[in-house]
Amino acid sequence: MLKTIIIGFKDLRLVFRDRAALVFMLLAPFLLTIGMGFVTGRFSGNSGGIQDIPVIIVNLDNAELGDALVDVFNSEDLAELVEPATSSDPEAARQLIDDNQAAAAVIIPEGFTRSIIPAEGTMTDPNFAEADPISIEVYVNPAKPTSAGVIKAIVDEFVSRVDEGRTSGMTTIFQMLMTGVITPQQAETEGRSLFEDVDQTESTALTLKTDDEGAQAVEFDILAYMAPGMALLFLMYTVSYGGRSILAERAQGTLPRLLVSPTSSAQILGGKVFGIYLTGVAQISILILASAIFFQVKWGDPLGMTALILAAVFGATGWGMLITAFARNPNQVASIGSAIMLIFGILGGSFIDLGMMPPAIQFISKITPNAWALDGFTTLALGGGLAQLTEPIVALLIMGVVLFAVSVMIFGKKNLAQK
Amino acid sequence: MPAILEVKELVKNYGDFAAVKGITFDIQEGEIFSLLGPNGAGKTTTISMLSTLYAPTAGDASIAGHSVTRDPMAVRNVIGVVPQDIALYEDLTARENLIFWGQMYGLSGKSLNTRVDEVLEQIGLTDKAKNRVKTYSGGMKRRVNIGVGLLHKPRVLFMDEPTVGIDPQSRRAILDTVKDLNKKGMTVLYTTHYMEEAQELSDRVGIIDHGELIALGTQKELTQQVGQTETLILHLGENDDPEALAKSLDGVKDVLEAIATDHEVSVIAHEAEEVLAAVVTKANERGIKIHSIDIREPNLEAVFLHLTGRALRD
Ligand SMILES: Nc1ncnc2c1ncn2[C@@H]1O[C@H](COP(=O)(O)OP(=O)(O)OP(=O)(O)O)[C@@H](O)[C@H]1O
Ligand SMILES: [Mg+2]
Repeated sequence: MLKTIIIGFKDLRLVFRDRAALVFMLLAPFLLTIGMGFVTGRFSGNSGGIQDIPVIIVNLDNAELGDALVDVFNSEDLAELVEPATSSDPEAARQLIDDNQAAAAVIIPEGFTRSIIPAEGTMTDPNFAEADPISIEVYVNPAKPTSAGVIKAIVDEFVSRVDEGRTSGMTTIFQMLMTGVITPQQAETEGRSLFEDVDQTESTALTLKTDDEGAQAVEFDILAYMAPGMALLFLMYTVSYGGRSILAERAQGTLPRLLVSPTSSAQILGGKVFGIYLTGVAQISILILASAIFFQVKWGDPLGMTALILAAVFGATGWGMLITAFARNPNQVASIGSAIMLIFGILGGSFIDLGMMPPAIQFISKITPNAWALDGFTTLALGGGLAQLTEPIVALLIMGVVLFAVSVMIFGKKNLAQK
Repeated sequence: MPAILEVKELVKNYGDFAAVKGITFDIQEGEIFSLLGPNGAGKTTTISMLSTLYAPTAGDASIAGHSVTRDPMAVRNVIGVVPQDIALYEDLTARENLIFWGQMYGLSGKSLNTRVDEVLEQIGLTDKAKNRVKTYSGGMKRRVNIGVGLLHKPRVLFMDEPTVGIDPQSRRAILDTVKDLNKKGMTVLYTTHYMEEAQELSDRVGIIDHGELIALGTQKELTQQVGQTETLILHLGENDDPEALAKSLDGVKDVLEAIATDHEVSVIAHEAEEVLAAVVTKANERGIKIHSIDIREPNLEAVFLHLTGRALRD
């Protein structure tokens, strides 16, 4: 066990001394992310390829705030970006999403406005300030993660405006109440007018082309989709690099040398696999950190993120082992590895949103760690947590286990010392 | 003295090709034993089986009482291996390499660090220990390669052609290291195709050719096989035909054997002077110019020549 760990860390150290490998592992995905950012207009404030996102709005609130949100979606500023349709039945709307008819359904529940702005006469209720507001539901289409992300961002932006108004408004009103500046009755009117102000500024605040905050709110999702896409693409490079190092160690004589030391084949192979895993985790973590620092990409829940990275690298390492088990020499690993890297990159949605692919491709994409992990990263970026990641994480773990089992069977048939 | 290494009828086939054809020998504790043989003789294959890298096709060997086929792990703890081809991590420094390999032999902590320092001293690389191996000369790499085999103070050290392709100075240092280690009690199995090395180092020598052990014994025992003879080595010019000269010397009085190799003819006789005149005459008759003549006491080269009809160097 100890030797396994030592071998793994030795490999990690070797990778960080190999400049060519670092270029592929870290620099390439980073630069490509920047490139994609420009192409899609992440850095110019232009929303680029994304437009006319179909969204279904169910307004059960029918009061000030609900109406305001509907207005936002129908505003001039968003006319190019979204194509809203209205419905009165939440179930029907969800069904349409499940049928892939739209990117998301925005369901504004009954009493939404009332939960935030009290009806007349309820202002004096001491529990009011504590009461949780009813929240808007955004039912997203997982097959259209980017588009769904845009919708989610618009709603988030709206809600946060309302929330800001609520908190600052409430604090001021309570202060005034306490100090006896206003009567409870006045406070109520005051509060309502405060929120009305919020509503009015809302539609202008949420512009994509002119308003900085609005643009950011929408487009960080594009990078939060692309950055992991690139990281996952080059994760496949890393695992095949690791696999190649197993065969390279045989060629350079260090593998035979390990085999004549008092170290078992299982410890050695385990160490090599652990090294690949460590390298992959280091790579993805560095890339995520870098994109958070340099592009302000908001990746979401750190706990879910950690679990997802660990699972994604595990699944990808399985593929690295399988490639290695089939290959005869380091060069073969490199060439099969690059082919698989590209195929998985395309299939797994690293370049093109999977939602735009035919269903057959979407189905095949399930064999790639890229698709599952990207699905998970999108969920996280949309505000999901560990609980929502069960499916991709379990899928990635199963993928890893199956591939390891197959690789070990193939390795077992061949002699580690002389293939 | 008990044998620390016993080899019995060891066979290795690569597919249809028999690389080692059933060899048997013992090595006593504290001995330097050389396996002398030309390229492709089966030296590395033999070492690979003894060091548990390859399973023998047939036969067995035991080292310090442990069978290489039945208890390879126990064998690995007793032996140190210096492979023919340098096996190091080029992107790690010498020190990092030694630390890593020491850990693979179960060393750790302070004792590992102390031992690494000792070995660096022994191979004369203390100053350069912090440089990456890829920046080293061939000779320096060879020395690190040897150092790795010494870390855990093995009872038996296998060295597979450790001086191939290096400068005379490094070679000298390596040969001295081997003698030094042996003096301190280490048993050494040394393979080489340099007769001089085997001659300088070994207590006993096994001559291996085409996977067979064709001679085995102390140097004295081996040279006696050739009989009380001397070898004249005639160095010829580029354009002269050693075959023709060798043929013409066959049957000449007192010539025991005349063998042609590259630009050379080796003539074996009981007394060199007895045949010298005849040799020169024959050469003159054929218009062959002899550049120089060496006269050698019986040596391992002569033994190999005598047994195979070929020179050690191919
Ligand atoms: N893995 C292998 N597969 C097939 N043939 C092999 C293999 N390894 C060695 N051989 C053959 O077996 C014979 C013995 O090889 P070996 O390496 O043991 O010789 P050696 O005495 O060490 O030679 P050298 O002085 O060149 O190192 C050679 O003919 C070689 O070509
Ligand atoms: Mg050899």
